Amino acid sequence: MKFGVLVFPGSNCDHDTYNVISEIAHQPVTFLWHDSEDLQNVDAVLVPGGFAYGDYLRTGAIARFSPVMQAVKRFADAGGIVLGICNGFQILTESGLLPGALMRNAGLKYICKQVHLRTETTNSLFTNQLTKGEVLQIPIGHMEGNYYCDAETLHQLESEDRIAFRYCTPKGEITREANPNGSLENIAGILNAGRNVLGMMPHPDRSSEKLLGSADGWKIFSSMVNALATR
Amino acid sequence: MTTAPSSGQSTGANEENYVAPTPATVTPELLAQHSITPDEYERILTALGRVPSLTELGIYSVMWSEHCSYKSSKVHLKRLPTKSGRVVQGPGENAGIIDVGDGWACAFKIESHNHPSYIEPHQGAATGVGGILRDIFTMGARPLAVMDSLRFGPIQRGSQADDLVSKNHSIVEGVVSGIAGYGNCFGVPNLGGETKFEPCYSGNPLVNAFALGLVKIDEIFYGKAAGVGNPVIYVGAKTGRDGIHGATMASEEFKEGSEQKRPNVQVGDPFMEKLLLEACLEAMKTGAIVGIQDMGAAGLTCSTCEMGARGGVGLDVELDNVPQRETGMNSYEIMLSESQERMLLVAEKGREKEVLDVFAKWGLDAVIVGTVKPESRLRIRHHGVLVADIPNESLTDDAPIYHRPVGEWSAPVLVEPSDDAQVALSEPRNYTADLRKLLASANVSSKRWVHEQYDTMVQTNTVQGPGGEGGVMRIKGTGMPRHERGLAMALDGNSLWCYLDPKLGAMHAVAEAARKVALTGATPVAATNCLNFGNPEKPEIMAQLSAAIDGIAEACTALKTPITGGNVSLYNETRGEGIYPTPVLGVVGILDDVTKAVPADFQRSGEAILLLWPIPRAEEPNPDLKVPFEPLPISQYPLPALEVKPRDEAEPEGTEAETSADLIAFGSSEFAKVVLGSIWGRPPALDLAAEAELHNLLGILAHKKLISSARDLSDGGIAVALAESAFSHGIGATVEQEPALMANPLFGVFAEPASTVIVSAKQANISEIQKLASESNYFSARIGATGGDRLELSIYGDPVISASVAELKEVWASALESALHDEVTA
Repeated sequence: MKFGVLVFPGSNCDHDTYNVISEIAHQPVTFLWHDSEDLQNVDAVLVPGGFAYGDYLRTGAIARFSPVMQAVKRFADAGGIVLGICNGFQILTESGLLPGALMRNAGLKYICKQVHLRTETTNSLFTNQLTKGEVLQIPIGHMEGNYYCDAETLHQLESEDRIAFRYCTPKGEITREANPNGSLENIAGILNAGRNVLGMMPHPDRSSEKLLGSADGWKIFSSMVNALATR
Repeated sequence: MTTAPSSGQSTGANEENYVAPTPATVTPELLAQHSITPDEYERILTALGRVPSLTELGIYSVMWSEHCSYKSSKVHLKRLPTKSGRVVQGPGENAGIIDVGDGWACAFKIESHNHPSYIEPHQGAATGVGGILRDIFTMGARPLAVMDSLRFGPIQRGSQADDLVSKNHSIVEGVVSGIAGYGNCFGVPNLGGETKFEPCYSGNPLVNAFALGLVKIDEIFYGKAAGVGNPVIYVGAKTGRDGIHGATMASEEFKEGSEQKRPNVQVGDPFMEKLLLEACLEAMKTGAIVGIQDMGAAGLTCSTCEMGARGGVGLDVELDNVPQRETGMNSYEIMLSESQERMLLVAEKGREKEVLDVFAKWGLDAVIVGTVKPESRLRIRHHGVLVADIPNESLTDDAPIYHRPVGEWSAPVLVEPSDDAQVALSEPRNYTADLRKLLASANVSSKRWVHEQYDTMVQTNTVQGPGGEGGVMRIKGTGMPRHERGLAMALDGNSLWCYLDPKLGAMHAVAEAARKVALTGATPVAATNCLNFGNPEKPEIMAQLSAAIDGIAEACTALKTPITGGNVSLYNETRGEGIYPTPVLGVVGILDDVTKAVPADFQRSGEAILLLWPIPRAEEPNPDLKVPFEPLPISQYPLPALEVKPRDEAEPEGTEAETSADLIAFGSSEFAKVVLGSIWGRPPALDLAAEAELHNLLGILAHKKLISSARDLSDGGIAVALAESAFSHGIGATVEQEPALMANPLFGVFAEPASTVIVSAKQANISEIQKLASESNYFSARIGATGGDRLELSIYGDPVISASVAELKEVWASALESALHDEVTA
């Protein structure tokens, strides 16, 4: 099992994501440079947080044109596992691998803090180690995390059980107060139709060690490791 | 001067076909525009042996500016301690470096960006962060954390004229968004720092940015040119006309119309900086880089002459090769531009390509612009024509040094409280209401609104982020697995205390910054300082500066935290009004096992709360001190005299009323300022030996895992310390205040004595804590317990503060944001 972490100019959680795989999951992992279409035979692609190409124009808008993303699209279409975190989620929506868009936070400011997420589905490669309704404490750190999609897409996401996480209170209630950025229906993470691509704004890479305040995010990586091991 | 001729001809004149730079038409107006005095101009004539060209005049103007030359402060800065077994690099380089063990070193420094942040808050603050980050990674260190010490004018409506308050709001918004925008994109966690408000910062905010990075101890790079014939390479952003004369602007007082200097403020591009970081660190790994320095203040001028001077060589540069953003720039503009995100490096001849390839990979400009020459001269050509030819040392080591007149400083503040304050002190008070008022005050209230805009967690090393005492970072790859080493860091300054007593106030700044570090369990090992003062041409300002430096020197020596670098920012005056003297200290400490870091907040209910404070030296020598101190049950303490009587009835006739030390110190407290609306007295006394013992004691308590939390008594005294400890986890406390501290119960609740901390601990650990405390000459009293959802504080069984933690927290948490959003509706 081999993981690949994409590196765009401006990625800044690439080392953090790499570190979780190498030091905590103890799995092989490599960096994948943005201007190559060679995915080096990895079994899973991680699109890390940061500011790819400076996020100028619009978050993820330039990254979608990079050579590596053309390869990632083909990889995902063939059923390859792709996890996009934060800027990675933004890049996946811009690339068309996930529906909807991430707009400027409702409060118009960057927000970095611990939030709570309710697990909405366990039927995925990323959530198989979780229980439905399980509340995770995972931090966010973004300016554009306000998820939006049209009514038809929302209906599809809901009916196909593709909403992975919603922002919630520590007790698991989905309330307006628990929504940090104005996301539609408190959506924090969604799956693609094939359930092999997950995009999420909160950072499991920043919550995989107790030392850093929470190890809840580790369950997402461990689900991936489990899925790959049994594939 | 070592290599330049003492007078007469330039050495270049001996060369064939030598054509000296075209002399400028020097008029008094031209010199005034360049902030060069007639005496300084005479020195330039002597150094060059001829009339300078306009470009040369510009070069001297920025290099001899206060900002670059430290000409007013240099003679005083020499008194600072700069050495210890841990110091690898002291002042004089881009940043100081200390050995943190296991083959790692850390580079850190603090720098001001005050003037630009007033003129254009967002970009001024952003480029302040950018500049300090380059200072760190130019030494080969990857930035691990940043913090900021911010000071603004009042933001609460009614505290100053509406237009000033509105302007302060926009400065706060702009500065915070600038810091956030730059650091977040760059990818370095911000651990907070401090955000303070005083009327003197309206029109002159302070933005002091601190950064710290990690480097392998044998892979440090220096800003030193070497190797005659080696290529000089320019990398990073293109040069534009932005920021010309920024350093000179930062060395003047603000007058009406200073906003017109906006083009002097640079514009930052954090994405470019991120690429520059990665490319520089990767290029350094090739082994082909000899020396490297960032282009910050005074841009290409500063980097070329400083690198040459440090290496005793000269840099010969052709400006046609400098990547330019605008057309038609002349040599003066190119040399003085402060365009951001640029570096200058010297590579090994023959290995240029290895370096250039790395920068090409990251999509950055990297161009050979010159060559290292044997003579220690800065030679600049433009279109092949020599436009500057200056001995390096005349710009750096031999820059003017002023022994400015040092006058007297005495704050125009009474030592004793005013009659009104006396009355207020002796009247019965509602302490809970007073506490609410303090919690809602600008300085005490939560700074969540500020630090939630910062990425505090990127790089996955943040063990303690903003909001506690010191920030704590894990150092990956050190120590034992899952028990890595840690670095703690804190910024502190108390400008009101420095205003009342610059020396003592500065000592407190060192002590408190080091204490915040020690409270996390770390051993404070080194410091950096940012000295923000007014106009040094005024003798009373020099008196403040000189006294503050004395205080820092004394405290840093006693606490074994040498100064490894920093920055001086003078001329912080607007329309003739100076700021409070504001030395800001950054202290760094080491934790051998980061999992033992102690938080500031109560962790669980049912634990004991202990107060630790130094046994007064006056009681020595006392053989009993070596015996573990056993506090009396609270009920057995005798009742002290509580009343502070109005002066006319205080003492019998014939004896001059002697104001107690506690009363004098109370006048410098947040309580006096916020609740009584009055300032008097002097800062609290500080015993540096006791402070050092406290830091040692806190380290032992953390190492032995005896305490669950630790916090010092600072702004708002024990009442605020207890409330803040309760907020994070909503764990309340019931406390009987230790009467031995008090002359007046008010002091016991709101005074801010130095070297005094509260810790929470398991009941089983109390006796060992008390034994260790007494061995460190500290009193320790069990004053209460954690638990419940209320804060209950009583004195002699009388409840004086009683409130729900949630209610107090609401007051504290919402104050800053509501003040900022409080617009004038008229």
